[in-house]
Amino acid sequence: MISLEWVKEYIDISDQDLKELAVKITKAGINIEKVITNHIDHLVIGEVIECIDHPDSDHMHVCQVRTGENEVHQIVCGAPNIKEGLKVIVALPGAVLPGDFEIKKSKLRGVESNGMICALYELGLEEKNDDTYAKGIEELKNDAVVGSDPLVYLGLESTLYELDIHKHRNNDCYYHIGFAYEIGAILNRRVKLPALDFTEEDDSIENYFHLKVETEKCPYYLAKMVTEVEIKESPDFIKRRLLAAGMRPINNVVDISNYVMLEFGQPLHFFDKDKLGNEILVRDAKDGEEVVTLDGKKRTLKKSDIVITNGETPVCIAGVMGGEETEVTESTKNILIEAAIFDAVSIRYTASNLDLRSEASLRYGKGLSYEYTEMALKRACHLLEKYANAKIKSSVISHDRVDKTPKIVEFEKEAVNRILGITINEEDMKVELERLEFAYEQKGDKFVVTIPSRRLDIDPNVNDIAEEIGRLYGYHNLVSTIPKVPIRQGKYVGDVKYRKMISKRLRTLGLNEVKTYTLISKEMAKIFNYHDVANAVLPNPMSSDKSIVRTSLIPSLLNVYDYNKKRKVKDICIYEIAKTYDKEYNETSLITGLVSGNYVNSDWRKPVKYDFYVVKGMVENLLDFMGFKNRYSFETSDVGDLHPGVSADILLDRKRIGIIGRVHPSVHKDEIYVFELSLNALMSKIKPLKYKEAPKYPEIEKDMAFILDKDITVGEVMTTIKKAGGRLLDRVTVFDVYTGENVESDKKSVAFNLVFMDPNRTLTDEEVMEVFNHIIEKVLNTFQAKLRDQ
Amino acid sequence: MENKKFEEVKTQIEMDKGKINDLKELNDLKVKYLGKKGFITELNQEIKNIPNEEKKAFGQQVQELRTLFNDFYDEKKKELETIILNEQLEKEAIDITLPAVKITTGSPNILEKLIEEVEEVFMSMGYDVVDGPEIEYDKYNFEMLNIPKGHPARDAQDTFYLEGEEILLRSQTSPVQVRTMLKGNGEIPIRMICPGKTYRRDDDDATHSHQFLQIEGLLVDKDISLSDLKGTIDIIMKRLFGNEVESRFRPSYYQFTEPSVEVDISCFNCGGKGCSICKRTGWITVAGAGIVHPNVLKMSGYDPEKWSGFAFGFGTERLAMLKYDINDLRVFYNTDLREVKTFDRKEKEEND
Repeated sequence: MISLEWVKEYIDISDQDLKELAVKITKAGINIEKVITNHIDHLVIGEVIECIDHPDSDHMHVCQVRTGENEVHQIVCGAPNIKEGLKVIVALPGAVLPGDFEIKKSKLRGVESNGMICALYELGLEEKNDDTYAKGIEELKNDAVVGSDPLVYLGLESTLYELDIHKHRNNDCYYHIGFAYEIGAILNRRVKLPALDFTEEDDSIENYFHLKVETEKCPYYLAKMVTEVEIKESPDFIKRRLLAAGMRPINNVVDISNYVMLEFGQPLHFFDKDKLGNEILVRDAKDGEEVVTLDGKKRTLKKSDIVITNGETPVCIAGVMGGEETEVTESTKNILIEAAIFDAVSIRYTASNLDLRSEASLRYGKGLSYEYTEMALKRACHLLEKYANAKIKSSVISHDRVDKTPKIVEFEKEAVNRILGITINEEDMKVELERLEFAYEQKGDKFVVTIPSRRLDIDPNVNDIAEEIGRLYGYHNLVSTIPKVPIRQGKYVGDVKYRKMISKRLRTLGLNEVKTYTLISKEMAKIFNYHDVANAVLPNPMSSDKSIVRTSLIPSLLNVYDYNKKRKVKDICIYEIAKTYDKEYNETSLITGLVSGNYVNSDWRKPVKYDFYVVKGMVENLLDFMGFKNRYSFETSDVGDLHPGVSADILLDRKRIGIIGRVHPSVHKDEIYVFELSLNALMSKIKPLKYKEAPKYPEIEKDMAFILDKDITVGEVMTTIKKAGGRLLDRVTVFDVYTGENVESDKKSVAFNLVFMDPNRTLTDEEVMEVFNHIIEKVLNTFQAKLRDQ
Repeated sequence: MENKKFEEVKTQIEMDKGKINDLKELNDLKVKYLGKKGFITELNQEIKNIPNEEKKAFGQQVQELRTLFNDFYDEKKKELETIILNEQLEKEAIDITLPAVKITTGSPNILEKLIEEVEEVFMSMGYDVVDGPEIEYDKYNFEMLNIPKGHPARDAQDTFYLEGEEILLRSQTSPVQVRTMLKGNGEIPIRMICPGKTYRRDDDDATHSHQFLQIEGLLVDKDISLSDLKGTIDIIMKRLFGNEVESRFRPSYYQFTEPSVEVDISCFNCGGKGCSICKRTGWITVAGAGIVHPNVLKMSGYDPEKWSGFAFGFGTERLAMLKYDINDLRVFYNTDLREVKTFDRKEKEEND
């Protein structure tokens, strides 16, 4: 939250419409989500030029209030302190007061009233309580100008910018001076830094403290000592600004520490000097070391944390939170002020490990500019001297390993234009650099720019400079061009191509595409783990229902089934193609279908139900489409979560590539059929597609029917028939499977239709009969079968 | 004598004509005249008793009778068959208002439909559609995108780690760009998009999902500018949301691009006047994009002195929610078939 009233301290924006300014700032890159203002339209300063008793009330008055040269409004007022000659705050019709209270023309006990004379609490500027109520309407001093904005007159007008903190480029939005620099760049105005001066005593801090830094993670540590502080309430402006920025005022000393942080972005830590002793040792924490923080909680530290110690024990978790032991309290007299830089990554880890995200850790975690570390320290001394009557010891104890080498970029003007794709001339480029307060010199064609240390976000390369210049020059100046690259047609690469092709086919077959979650629950992972692999398990899941990486999509599709069934969808036919991973992170893309209900529907005729054979037909259609005709087969499966009698493995070139079947009733009681195929297995080589002439010579059809043992599969018999039929047998189909009357109970009758054909000549009846008889003989012998009707 | 006989047969035919009611009677009549013992057949046999010089005239007269009968026969047959056919057609008439047999084809998932549209546009501009692993190395997901361990940019992408800080569920599809660049070996220009699943530790609600789809794109070539990016974005946005839609860039911040921008489009719903879809601003944010950071090019083997490029990323769910006016992201993952089925149709295009 940025208070504009505060920002005004560092840059002149008195002429700016703050809503328009917010738009300019957003356009230049810092996203202002919301402009919060307490400004109220139709709220003006008025003067009561006449005040008479209400004819029909014992406490109300009828007032004539002047709000402009020739503007007088009649307003009925019930406040006890209303009187003629008073300057007051007037809400005219149309004004909307806090609580969505709109002022309208009205009649009060028969007398017309065109507005309301207000108390501060009615404007949300004071708390409503007995005291403020008793005070009545606000009486303004005589210098108040009639017709002007009373909030401006009272200095109570405030505008806040709420920033989208995820998208800003650096830590600028976390402190008011940084934000002032951004406004400065946009408006091309200079920033004025606040006063840093103070008087020092002769006595040096070095007589009291010894500093030692034993960790690499603290490149910069400065401290000053102040004595005899008077703890009391902060001055109004500090309280007001802290509140505006969302911080609760506590006392002048604590508030000054926060105030300076919100000015410079540099967190400070104040130790009670008398509780601290005379030694400061900054070091890495020891594993298991403990410290009680300001919030009264005992924290156990890790080696990766940084601590400030009194030479022995930790008194502060560096950059994150101070310790209770050395806390500044109402009775504190002497203070050690710490201004330091700690390793940003380390602070972020510590804050996250301890789940302790403070205003300080947030800022340390983003990195800090060393320039402001020193300024913040001085500023704190300045304010403590002024508002807490502190005496300041001379000198600073310090540890300084900061790399202060300036970041310098050398680039040609054209390099910036090439990146932006527009032409900014040299003069304009100079203007932009000046606005940014980036020092530069020109060496021939080149600019040599020194990036100010406060801009931690800028790396010394031309892209960063192009961005800074571009965003201020304005992206609306970009043109729309098409990259000058050769013409080519893009393509689907690798498995994407297969995914798209198969997806389209499955839709054609009537299946609807779904997308479900990769992460599933333990319970879901227990079913259909037929690949017999271990699951990858998230070590820190968000919730138990999303803790395991799936190896089959069937459990997820069953969820979609249930979701739809609950919503009374009857025919459910869905598919998904998605990647799965096992514990070794081996990737398999799966094609999974689930169907239930009717395949072909009619409102009034007999539907065609989904059953095993419909699904099998879909799978065959897909496999034929993929070019695998005659290369696949279905064999009895032992996948435990499928119906043992209604399930099969799908084999391609004799290798299992998937499964098909009815979901086991113990998994789901509904009649649901599923298939799951490995997409990777379908990415195998196929023959080129060629034209095949339709047969020219006549086909000869023959039927045969056998009585077979029930457990002999039709597939086996067909294989035998095909083998025995040899070259002349073109195809076999099953046209009847019968059990029941006239067939023994452990037998079944199966009838086949055989088509004989030679692509090069007409077959004779004799040669067909020869093959036909051979087939019958083979089947009879192989399966101990009988011919039907004999 | 013969003439008289001819006249008799002729009269007989005329008389019989009116008695025929169906095909059977018609055929019987044919037998009566043209059968083995039919009148005309028998009459014809008389020819052998006719003197030679009269035979020709006699023959002609018989033929006339035959023609007379056959003409009648053909006409009558046609007439009777028509009656029969009409009766049959009448019997076969159905109630065409009864509902049809439902011929169903499946629908694409709503997100997939949108992705396919985006793919089509980009493929026509020479971009390949590429995919990559969803379980990734930290190196590809972050480090090679200029986001080292401990970098604050990682906060915004709260990641599902599988093993230490090394293996994760990808939090963005950008690692596919890295992998593509590595394959390109610093030598081959790149044009690719990678629509794909990504994962972040977000609680699922109307606007958040722990699993979501990104469409990212990358172009690496020579002298590629921010204006080229703008032109490219213009094309896809106009295609998705209509020709009148304008796009604008706002400065933004991403680790792997510099300069970085956010892309807004003028509200396709209100045309920029302000409505609930654009939250009364007239603009809708649809993408993040930028010029590929020199460090990213360098890490993937492309010399930033020679090569430059741009990258962009769309949230598929967001685009679909905008395009189809959907206000709850969970719609895409729950799959209520009653909703999804309606997406089995073509889009309305400019000239439809």
